[in-house]
Amino acid sequence: MDWITTVDHKKIAILYLWAGGLFFGIGGLEAILIRIQLIKPMNTFLDAQTFNELITMHGTTMIFLGVMPVIFALMNAVIPLQIGARDVAFPFLNALGFWTFLFGGVLLNLSWIMGGAPDAGWTSYTPLSTTQYSGTHGVDFYTIGLQIAGLGTLIGGINFLATIITMRAPGMSFMRMPMFVWASFITSAIILFAFPAITVGLVLLTFDRILEANFFDTSAGGNSVLWQHIFWIFGHPEVYILILPAFGIISEVIPTFARKRLFGYSSMVFATILIAFLGFMVWAHHMFTTGLGPVANALFSVSTMLIAVPTGIKIFNWLFTMWGGQVRFTTPNLFAVGFIPTFTMGGVTGVMLASAPADFQFHDTYFVVAHFHYVIVGGLVLGLFAGLHYWWPKMFGRMLNETLGKWTFWTFIIGFHLTFFVQHFLGLMGMQRRVFTYLPNQQFDLLNLISTIGAGLMGVGMLIFLTNIFLTSRKPADAPDDPWEDGRTLEWTISSPPPEYNFKQTPLVRGLDAFWKEKTSGHKTMTPAEPVGPIHMPSATILPFLMSVGIFIAGLGFMFSRDDFGNAFMGFMFNNYLVTAIGLVITFGSMLLRSLYDDHGWHIEPEELEGR
Amino acid sequence: MMKTWQAGKRLLPMTAALGLILAGCGREDLSVLRPQGPAAESSFDLMKLSITIMIVVLLIVFSIAAYVLVRFRRKPDQREMPEQVEGSFKLEVLWTIIPLILVVVLAVPTVKAVFAAGDDHSNDKNAIKVKVTGHQYWWEFEYTDYGVTTAQDLVIPAGKDIAFELSTKDVLHSFWVPSLSGKMDTNPDGTTNRFSFSAPNEGVYRGKCAELCGPSHGFMEFKVKSVSEAAFEKWVNSMKAPAVLPEDPALAEKFKSQCLTCHAAGDMPDLSSAPNLTGIGSRESVAGILLNDDTGVDGAPVLENLKTWLHDTAGVKPGNKMPDPKKDMGLSDEEIDGIAEFLAGYTLD
Ligand code: HEM
Ligand SMILES: [Cu+2]
Repeated sequence: MDWITTVDHKKIAILYLWAGGLFFGIGGLEAILIRIQLIKPMNTFLDAQTFNELITMHGTTMIFLGVMPVIFALMNAVIPLQIGARDVAFPFLNALGFWTFLFGGVLLNLSWIMGGAPDAGWTSYTPLSTTQYSGTHGVDFYTIGLQIAGLGTLIGGINFLATIITMRAPGMSFMRMPMFVWASFITSAIILFAFPAITVGLVLLTFDRILEANFFDTSAGGNSVLWQHIFWIFGHPEVYILILPAFGIISEVIPTFARKRLFGYSSMVFATILIAFLGFMVWAHHMFTTGLGPVANALFSVSTMLIAVPTGIKIFNWLFTMWGGQVRFTTPNLFAVGFIPTFTMGGVTGVMLASAPADFQFHDTYFVVAHFHYVIVGGLVLGLFAGLHYWWPKMFGRMLNETLGKWTFWTFIIGFHLTFFVQHFLGLMGMQRRVFTYLPNQQFDLLNLISTIGAGLMGVGMLIFLTNIFLTSRKPADAPDDPWEDGRTLEWTISSPPPEYNFKQTPLVRGLDAFWKEKTSGHKTMTPAEPVGPIHMPSATILPFLMSVGIFIAGLGFMFSRDDFGNAFMGFMFNNYLVTAIGLVITFGSMLLRSLYDDHGWHIEPEELEGR
Repeated sequence: MMKTWQAGKRLLPMTAALGLILAGCGREDLSVLRPQGPAAESSFDLMKLSITIMIVVLLIVFSIAAYVLVRFRRKPDQREMPEQVEGSFKLEVLWTIIPLILVVVLAVPTVKAVFAAGDDHSNDKNAIKVKVTGHQYWWEFEYTDYGVTTAQDLVIPAGKDIAFELSTKDVLHSFWVPSLSGKMDTNPDGTTNRFSFSAPNEGVYRGKCAELCGPSHGFMEFKVKSVSEAAFEKWVNSMKAPAVLPEDPALAEKFKSQCLTCHAAGDMPDLSSAPNLTGIGSRESVAGILLNDDTGVDGAPVLENLKTWLHDTAGVKPGNKMPDPKKDMGLSDEEIDGIAEFLAGYTLD
């Protein structure tokens, strides 16, 4: 109950982490099934339809439901602490964002048990995704589930923007913000501009499917290429929504374990902004073979290649952060150090893809599969592992086991390279992507076998990580405030896990790496910026949960509004939009309640603060 | 400009070496790395150039990383603080400029190649015009200047430019012959694509569909058969000969009433709802994936493949749109085998 009503950013972070873990597990299982099917030519382990549903759900789940919540978990857990705030700007909205996200994800996954998962690829290109060619409700689960989950993401993004703009501790100017905060700030800005695009796209596709509109139907005056533009105008920025937080994490972990400040801080900030900007200008590089003509292809080729420049700046800055430092190989830093070469390999294949005439060959082959897994898994997932091991003691008060952590790292990264390195060659040798099987004697067999073995090894790495979490959770929560001893930022100045109100007194920030600065000038703690006084706290509430339940019911009701149930009562409820209406009444009723009933929250008095 | 060219030139030896290594990868009739025509050649050149540049970048990053990790490990007795360096304007400018130069080295030939690939051959008198239509899950090739339509096997005269016009009857597909050229999508009417390639050497090349188009997407393959000019002319003429029917009149009747309602053959009108069957006995494959091969190394004899297909269309290509001969068309096993035998003998020479 406590968990359903909480509005505390630290608890919401943990909720996001569990939800992310759940969906990541589902997506990972789907990946293993896909790789088992491809272990040998003409395999009959899965049938073609199931395979297509699995690749669609694997991609969709991983991108929208697997890594996003883990990113949000870290952002929630860390940002208020790093900027010296007591919570996010809108705690109520924060909870609402989580619950809509969770219910959207649950709705999407219900498709497995409610008559067929989406099967048109995570990109859902029309016309394949229209009712004519995808007859089950699968794609409806996709459009409506993602719509609801996307709402949560958008709410979260706006909340972080507001938090970072308004709630920084005194003295923390923008150019004194930790790099992770910067990365999260830019990420949130990308969310703000990119998610409305997919929202529009999903609404149009829903209208085509459920209300028989013709936005994408060429025979009725629509345009099927339009979907690709809308999708990628969102889709390309989305990959930067994913990778920038990882950049932020690496920029925190490496300085801590090299005991040196980040090399070229201001060029890092500048590079981050530039990447975000260019990220919006290059969507059509996913569409070189769609037939945009040479002018568009040339422009998008060159603008895509330019992204390599700010990315390169970042990589060299990380390397030179370690130059002259004292590098410690703790688990978080192993992941961060493993990230650099792996992500670089993903980046260089990105530049290769950007050359349109070469992409005519790469596109839609296993080469592309290799590229984006190098970036998303080799980049983002390694980054998230670094971040989780790094901040775990702060979030839970317990240090993860270092030995198991190192085992996780080595099995995972070796498995990863085994899986994906060979896929570059599969693509170049003529294997297209999204095929449920392949004919023998094409020289694809051995490399596919290697790839599947690698995937198994990655799975083992995940299991070791889960074991680590399980064993750790049974130990007492006794992590010190600054468990890595060389913490540089504000989160390490308070206890692990932090008290409900984070900072008894808001700290005064006197430079970049505020805590480091105090430590080197001989202080043990931060100088407070205010006297001890009563702390205002928001009340717990179940309304965000209820609102999300309402939207969930409304979504289901809308999806099935045209179905023939062969049951008078069900037909009556759904076909007259009564179920939709009930859902909306719950949601709007909760909103009404929220606005009519004034909740002033409560206070923690100074005596209580001292007496802890 | 001069500068970039020189940088490019310095990369040449490495490019050549790489080319040799990569050329060992994959089948000659299938691999991107073993280009058999100018279009694939042009993509391959860019790939070699970009791989070379990227390997140089990787080597630099990897060696700095390795050096740093070995040289700057924390020793057990280290207590003093390392110097807190803010950054270095010079170094940061350096690693902004160098990638920029590398990007320019790659961008210039890329832009050139993009425009070269965009050349429209649709009004070229010497080019063979072919309308490619994608269907779930088969390929149709219409030679507009010759009044000939075929399926699955694209027959072309060696060395001639082929000007393609691509479209689809249902969902998106993508037309791809890796060893001859990069791919191009087949879109619905209104967004029709054109492109062209040629195959200087005679031979059979494997083609694939590269855009997810439904359950049998992976099975939507085809062959490109590059033949001599004379053989091409001969093929065109025999394609126009009157349709051949089974000798047994009862079987001929079944064939006409059950098969030719969707398929076409010889001079019969082509409704394009199923692959044209003219001369199917001399094709490279049945249904695009059952390879015809009397030696049994890479497939089975054409008769066996035809029987496999007609007895179990859904099993061979899940989700395909052909009705089942036995269940939906009411043919007996003997009739199916008879039709298979007839089709196996329906050759063009
Ligand atoms: C240097 C940076 C990057 C460059 C130059 C780059 C370039 C490209 C290009 C040109 C494509 C299209 C390939 C094709 O479909 O033929 C592509 C695909 C893709 N990229 Fe990147 N990329 C970069 C970074 C990233 C990052 C940071 C991510 C994710 C975190 C990412 C994820 C993807 C994904 C998921 C696809 C495949 C889309 C699909 O076809 O389904 N890329 N990239
Ligand atoms: Cu296809």
